[in-house]
Amino acid sequence: MSFLQNNLLSLMMIMPILGAAILLIIRHNDPEIEKRNIRQVSLLITSITFVMSLVLWAGFDNSTSAFQFVEQHAWFGDISYYVGVDGISMLFVVLTAFLMPIVVLASWDAIQDRVREYMIAFLLLETLMIGVFTALDIFLFYVFFEGGLIPMYLLIGVWGGLNRIYASFKFFLYTLLGSVLMLVAVMYMYLQSGTTEIPELMNYSFNADVQSWLWLAFFASFAVKMPMWPVHTWLPDAHVQAPTGGSVILAGVLLKMGGYGFLRFSLPMLPEATIEWSWLVFALSIIAIIVTSLIALVQEDIKKLIAYSSVAHMGFVTIGIFLLNTNGVEGAIFTMLSHGVVSGALFLCVGVIYDRLHTREISRYGGLATNMKIYATLFVLFSMASIGLPGTSGFVGEFLVLNGSFAYSSWIAFLAATGVVLGAAYMLYLVRRLIFGELDKEDVKAMPDLSLREKLVFAPLVAVVLWMGIYPNSFLEPMHASVTNLLETHFSTDVTHAAASTTGVPAGR
Amino acid sequence: MNGETLNLLPALPELILAIGGMALLMLGVFQGDKSYRQIANLSILLLLVCMVVMINQVGGDRDVTFNGMFVTDAFAVFAKTLVYLGSAVAILIAGKFLSEHGIAKFEYPVLIVFATLGMLIMVSANNLMSLYVGLELQSLSLYVLAAMNRDRLRSTEAGLKYFVLGALSSGMLLYGISLIYGFSGTTDFDVLATSIKGAESMSIGIVIGMVFLLAGLAFKVSAVPFHMWTPDVYEGSPTPVTAFFAAAPKVAAMALLVRVLINGFPGMVAEWQQIIVFISIASMLVGSFVALVQTNIKRLMAYSSIGHIGYALVGVAAGTQDGIEAVLVYLAIYLTMTLGAFAAILTMRKNDGMVENIEDLAGLSTTNLPMAVAISIFMFSLAGIPLLAGFFGKWFIFLAAVEAGMIPLAIIGFLASVVACYYYLRVVKVMFFDESAGAFEGGQGQAVSAVVGVSALVNSPVSFLLIGSLGSAAAWAANSLLF
Repeated sequence: MSFLQNNLLSLMMIMPILGAAILLIIRHNDPEIEKRNIRQVSLLITSITFVMSLVLWAGFDNSTSAFQFVEQHAWFGDISYYVGVDGISMLFVVLTAFLMPIVVLASWDAIQDRVREYMIAFLLLETLMIGVFTALDIFLFYVFFEGGLIPMYLLIGVWGGLNRIYASFKFFLYTLLGSVLMLVAVMYMYLQSGTTEIPELMNYSFNADVQSWLWLAFFASFAVKMPMWPVHTWLPDAHVQAPTGGSVILAGVLLKMGGYGFLRFSLPMLPEATIEWSWLVFALSIIAIIVTSLIALVQEDIKKLIAYSSVAHMGFVTIGIFLLNTNGVEGAIFTMLSHGVVSGALFLCVGVIYDRLHTREISRYGGLATNMKIYATLFVLFSMASIGLPGTSGFVGEFLVLNGSFAYSSWIAFLAATGVVLGAAYMLYLVRRLIFGELDKEDVKAMPDLSLREKLVFAPLVAVVLWMGIYPNSFLEPMHASVTNLLETHFSTDVTHAAASTTGVPAGR
Repeated sequence: MNGETLNLLPALPELILAIGGMALLMLGVFQGDKSYRQIANLSILLLLVCMVVMINQVGGDRDVTFNGMFVTDAFAVFAKTLVYLGSAVAILIAGKFLSEHGIAKFEYPVLIVFATLGMLIMVSANNLMSLYVGLELQSLSLYVLAAMNRDRLRSTEAGLKYFVLGALSSGMLLYGISLIYGFSGTTDFDVLATSIKGAESMSIGIVIGMVFLLAGLAFKVSAVPFHMWTPDVYEGSPTPVTAFFAAAPKVAAMALLVRVLINGFPGMVAEWQQIIVFISIASMLVGSFVALVQTNIKRLMAYSSIGHIGYALVGVAAGTQDGIEAVLVYLAIYLTMTLGAFAAILTMRKNDGMVENIEDLAGLSTTNLPMAVAISIFMFSLAGIPLLAGFFGKWFIFLAAVEAGMIPLAIIGFLASVVACYYYLRVVKVMFFDESAGAFEGGQGQAVSAVVGVSALVNSPVSFLLIGSLGSAAAWAANSLLF
């Protein structure tokens, strides 16, 4: 193992910080050249990080559920800097690194004010996001998990839309409120088990009485982050007000932290409470799928519509996770990855026309298929992926989740499936209003099709959406061993799972 | 102990400070006001010399002198280091402000030196009498400092208010002490502890006395419900004086509180614990909710400090060694946040003098980005958001509370911190999201910039590297208190 292999995760986290430091010292007399240099350095840094994430993927051993690329250094007290990835987290790291260069490219012309600060905020956010998915110490996880609020708060507040201040406060305080309860639970778990290491905690079986409380505390945090109905209301505000790049990262990566948290903490550490409370998750998820889909149908604002569709998709994810069978969990992870790419792409699509007309009102557009042919094609493709058309990435995840839910309860499968229908309804309705119809507005007629830079932004997204849809195994294989191990260790059968969690094969070791 | 030969070594730094302070006073009197600069520099030097002497000569071993009235141990060394630093910084950042307001008098550094002396005695007090002597020496110096700008109505009002309420609290304290003495027959903490522990039944007189004692001390740390003076005094006093009030005296009074309760009343944990829990919750809630409506940044910081004392008291309420360690870590971090924030407030200067409204910070990120970033670091750190030092403080404090089984207290504390987060965020919002309301005139001198810079740095993620040593130092200090 080379130096690069041994320290890959740390290097991936240091790289953006290094980039931010370089941005600080870039100076030029001509502000335009300075901005250009800043953008180019940001693109270079995020691209290098992405390449490193590909090295990570290439070096990842699919056959084991153990944590890989592990690094551990003592920090203070019992707490250590401890990072590593397994099949559940590895692809999220790749997703994060993949979206970052795209975000930088998408912000190329859209952001003209305080470019330096904007890019620094994004680079720091990247470090924190990678940290969340790789942390193997629960304290370290919390630091990254909460620390990400600061750059996101600034991104929404400084570069956001008209109502950005309300949105940024709501985003920050909502998520913080959920998380502090989790912190109390983290403290309790640390004091009970005497360790903050996640692999150790996975093997520790907590007293059944307190498991429920701990589970609810984690649930408060992750449910807000997901977001689940009824604590989703910060999301439409934050999405609508955030700059395009912020929306992409919010939908693409930050929303995945909730689902990742359930998989990393709630399921393996609190298996009994997970089974006990899964009815709550199912109920809330099904309400989310149906209610927010209906809400999405009546939206007049494109970004809001996509934001509500995100809540609905996350409903599938939570159902999948708590089905506690292989199809469900893998489907949930796959849906998260797919949604990260597709909703990111959809927000970028909105950004394209917003940059041209500076409005997100659906009725101000129409007939884009006539004058923006490439754009219309892409938009329809991503909408289909969002609906879950076979051959696109969205299909695989939804199919696996529905498949898994049939094995669990046909009622859940039936209700969740109505969400698919409603999803098709609101997306097709959006496409009809935006892309088709009469091209009767003068300013819309004057809108040019995609520029070369914009095509460059969308090309990798199209490729990934189709790749995930046509050959999903590339993505399912790395997660398979870890998911199987998670379920077998902690949920082998309903009766013996308690014994299994104490005597079974240690998860992740 | 028997007074055969008086061992002065434990009190050596205090003696140097006392003699040095009086020498500086003489020097000032003979040279007049023009000597401010010289005396200020000498005072800083004196404080640092005393600190070095304390660390090198006295060390962390427990030792008593003056017939058991005065004690040094690792706990005292830790707290005193913070006090020395807080006082030195308060002198360091004051120069330009005082000369601009025509109050650059040599009394300022000298009074701070004497107040520091009082605080050192408080930290080392092992007897109710030395406790009172230290407390009064500190308080009397602080009253005068609050009213330093005597031509300004608000400053004299602050001084008077502080004095009247301070005298009231000292009265309560003395009444409590007399009750304790009357019912236990001793004022020595060690004897008090054994006599309470050995007693068949708890004397109600001692309980009442302890409640009065706690009320007096709660006033000094400005814990609710004895916090009323804080916003007015903070707002009215000259800003460097406010910076001083918010930092070193809080540390000293908290250290004193901890020592009295842990060393003096270990047998009455159940009695004092419920009082501490109550004032802790009340302080956290008042500090969070009342600060929401403040528009003046100094008043905001006043409520913020009330809230932070509430958090620190959570660690006291836990009453365990981990709790005390957490209090010490919290105080150290609190000191850097507060001094940094006040140094930053000192730079808020526009053409017609100092400005103190939060709105005046509008658009600071476009006119002076480094300062805006520094203030944001202080605000996020005060709010206890991870990545910044303030979070470590909260982590230690609430970990100790959870360990002591006080989970409801931890939950209330965290919820209060979310509320408090709103007003810290508001300051950041004003600086980053609002249109500029005109730039500040630069130039409070390099000292202020250095204080802002250094404290922003130690509060930033650089704190990840420092927290390990701070934690072990605090553990070493806390360990000494319980022998």
